[in-house]
Amino acid sequence: MKADVVIVGGGIMGCAAAYNLAQNGVSVIVLEGSENIGNGGSVRNGGGVRQSGRDPRELPLVMYAIKHIWPNLSDMLDTNVEYHQQGNLRLGGTEQNQKILEGLTERAVKCGLDVRMISGDEAREINPYLSDAVTCASWCPTDGHANPLMATMGYYKMARRLGAHFISDEKIVSLRKIKGKVCQAISASGNVYEGDQIILAAGYESRFLASTVGVDVPMQPVLLETLVTEAVAPMFWQMLGTADADFYGHQTDHGSFVFGLNSGLEPFAKPGKPVSSSIAASAACRGIMRYFPSLAEIKVVRSWAGWIDICADHVPVISKVEEAPGLILACGFSGHGFGISPAVGLVLAQLATGQETAVDLSPLRYGRWA
Amino acid sequence: MNDRNRELKPFVEAPDDDMIICRCEEITKGEIRRAVHDGMFTLTEIRRYLRTGMGLCQGQTCTKLVKSIVARELGVKPNALGSATGRAPMRPIEMQILAKDKGE
Repeated sequence: MKADVVIVGGGIMGCAAAYNLAQNGVSVIVLEGSENIGNGGSVRNGGGVRQSGRDPRELPLVMYAIKHIWPNLSDMLDTNVEYHQQGNLRLGGTEQNQKILEGLTERAVKCGLDVRMISGDEAREINPYLSDAVTCASWCPTDGHANPLMATMGYYKMARRLGAHFISDEKIVSLRKIKGKVCQAISASGNVYEGDQIILAAGYESRFLASTVGVDVPMQPVLLETLVTEAVAPMFWQMLGTADADFYGHQTDHGSFVFGLNSGLEPFAKPGKPVSSSIAASAACRGIMRYFPSLAEIKVVRSWAGWIDICADHVPVISKVEEAPGLILACGFSGHGFGISPAVGLVLAQLATGQETAVDLSPLRYGRWA
Repeated sequence: MNDRNRELKPFVEAPDDDMIICRCEEITKGEIRRAVHDGMFTLTEIRRYLRTGMGLCQGQTCTKLVKSIVARELGVKPNALGSATGRAPMRPIEMQILAKDKGE
């Protein structure tokens, strides 16, 4: 099968790239290895659309997305992606926390972001449910959150409507160069997909696939866990994080809370299917109740786990590869890809069609470690 | 291999489309049928798109019904769709209870 562009990976990056390409009349095939579209980090993340706390190298991407894409995304995709732009509170309760938050804030201000340190009382004015244990916070009023499931499925739905060809349950096992140019993706069942450009957006699996054409992206899979509560009446719309990073989350349109967790043992999770541990949700409940005592009686309905692909220097690789022309890498999102995904979809389409990218991608280039 | 370009029969409104199938999340038969026509071809995709089976009962009531509706819309046997995902905890638990995993 042939198309102008072949995308390996049917997650939000692949779907968003397919949407942008199909909109410009470029023929595109999207290949998803699992049975379900968006089966990796795309639907297994906390939904943050954050600028604060972000590495300066990927800050321009998220700032672009928040300015130009997120506010219109529901209309663009004919899907309510539940985008809320009501700020991000990163909470602290100790002097050490305050130092961490001040460092993050200072770095972000240097990049031109409107983020500032506030006192515990000021934080409680923004969010009256916070306990007295909160003594300081960083506040970024232009941050927010959205629903990763709806955004992922929305991009898929619209890309498909615009003519992008999706095939799931089709695991790609290798890429192939012909006359020095990467132009084929070959599946486990032996099917060959040919494109002028191959976009590799397959999460951690990208590492194995890139290695089949001699390209290596230094990344590791790390487990991420989340709990979801029952739905309750709306309480607040801010995105939350903590200086200790022991939990983060928000209340959704639906009324449930989604809280990402960190028990400290995630880096040692067994490889394979992502499985919730028996201790992480309990640990997170203690952390959440310390800052939000009024949530003590809310019921946890489910928990889930997923893999994130942590790049060696904690920012993604969004790049063409000099020694492998035809290949475009989009991987190593390091657990904060969702917020930038609409901008990534756009720049991937621009890379694939030889246009100038909306954002300078040189800090995210392949080979930056050399 | 699941080619998403396959042709489905055109969507025709049915008299029972407003029947609630997922009681926890109040999702109707019509919404499920439309989601299939929007490209949601697996139970997991339907779940992510509509929230079927994501409520308090975690799909213990509606999974079978959703499966049969999706299968009929796709023109396949329900068995071909596989099973829905179960998630811990199996029953809703208050945060203050779940937090006491150390016993005290």
